[in-house]
Amino acid sequence: MKKLLFGLYVAIVLVLMVWGFYMAIYGAPLDAAQGEIFRIIFYHVPSFSVSFTSFAVSLLGSIAFLAWRRSHPDWAQISDAWALAGAEVGVVFCTVGLTTGPLWGRRAWGIWWTWDARLTTTLVLWLIYVSYLLLRRFAAGSQMQTLAAVLNIFGALDVPIVYMANRWWRTQHPAPVFGGAEGSGMDPSMLPAFFWNMGAWFAWGILIFALRIHVERQQQKFDAEEAQAALNEIG
Amino acid sequence: MTRALWTHLVKDLRIELRSLDALVSMLFFSLLVVVLFSIAFDPHGDFSREIAGGVLSVATMFASVSALNQAWAREIRHQVIDAQRMAPAPGAELYLAKVIANFLFVSIVQVILAPVFLIMYNLHIEGQAWLLAVVLPLGTWALVGNGIFFAALSIRTRNRELLLSLILFPIFIPALLAMVRATSSILTGDSDPTLWIKLLAGYDIIFTTVSLLLFDVVFQAE
Repeated sequence: MKKLLFGLYVAIVLVLMVWGFYMAIYGAPLDAAQGEIFRIIFYHVPSFSVSFTSFAVSLLGSIAFLAWRRSHPDWAQISDAWALAGAEVGVVFCTVGLTTGPLWGRRAWGIWWTWDARLTTTLVLWLIYVSYLLLRRFAAGSQMQTLAAVLNIFGALDVPIVYMANRWWRTQHPAPVFGGAEGSGMDPSMLPAFFWNMGAWFAWGILIFALRIHVERQQQKFDAEEAQAALNEIG
Repeated sequence: MTRALWTHLVKDLRIELRSLDALVSMLFFSLLVVVLFSIAFDPHGDFSREIAGGVLSVATMFASVSALNQAWAREIRHQVIDAQRMAPAPGAELYLAKVIANFLFVSIVQVILAPVFLIMYNLHIEGQAWLLAVVLPLGTWALVGNGIFFAALSIRTRNRELLLSLILFPIFIPALLAMVRATSSILTGDSDPTLWIKLLAGYDIIFTTVSLLLFDVVFQAE
């Protein structure tokens, strides 16, 4: 039953992705100012939305791990799996966003990259979570989970400060398209393509997130059994 | 100041006074970075004033990493660190003592390095020079406060010396930006550094508080 539901979900995700692609490339009208290149928004924005959501999930996982690590070790292990999966999925989608960004920037601004508030903040966020994953790789066992959770909290604290610092420094990235000031927002004819892609990419993000959690939980069980077996041998 | 903090602080200062390991290596290393940068960028006139703040901050940052690694590595010998874990004193005091000791070391290096730096880059300070006495300690505190914390965090990992730089530098970026901007605007006199000084002070307060709160979690992690 579980496998059937999972297969169904994978099929839905695939259909959504294909439909999203069709809407982005053929469904949405041309942008008046930017021409074809604007279609990258249908990948750029959803990637970052999934990425930032994953980082938020990762942070919550880390906080939950620290809170439960003594009182509820089982819940803490699940939280840690969420923290890890969130960080990994976040880094992957952030990389997609950081790749599509310069491609777009080259055409729209004439430059690949600029040290502007949002670009710098995103890059620093990416660096922090890569260092988080490196820490997880270099340390071992349950102490690694604690250390990584603490680093996650430090990283989350850092991001708003980076953003403020860079906003005072210089800003080039356009103001938010959605929920921005007067005159912001998309032409209604482009909205369906945007929302279909948003949905498709979130569905895809949730799929790999769930797979990653599953793998990590198996790994945790395997490690625990191995540790138990070693203890039995000594006993 | 409580007794545990005082004991740790006096111990660290005494070890350093006897060996001078951290001071000598940091001083020479930062001098090397300053010389290397001046060869790489050929500073002269206005250009040297513009990059000087960045060079000084980055030189301090690289140099202090060696001392930060030593700060805990020295406690591993003879299992001192395990004894400290078992001691009934709060870990926050140990952390704060280490931060104060290393803050003093890095500050001494900066005080010695600054005149050399001014001569080698032919600098005339156009802004208010006394503000440097606010910016540099604030920036150093940001560096050392986080550095000691992350050194304690990476001490139990493989590749610990590399890992410290890998996790410290991304977190340090906003403080580095504020330090460089403030120093540059003091040197060139073009803009007002107040905003950056406030940012540095805010960064110090936030991260020192969180470090003090979370230090026991990291130090006792098992």
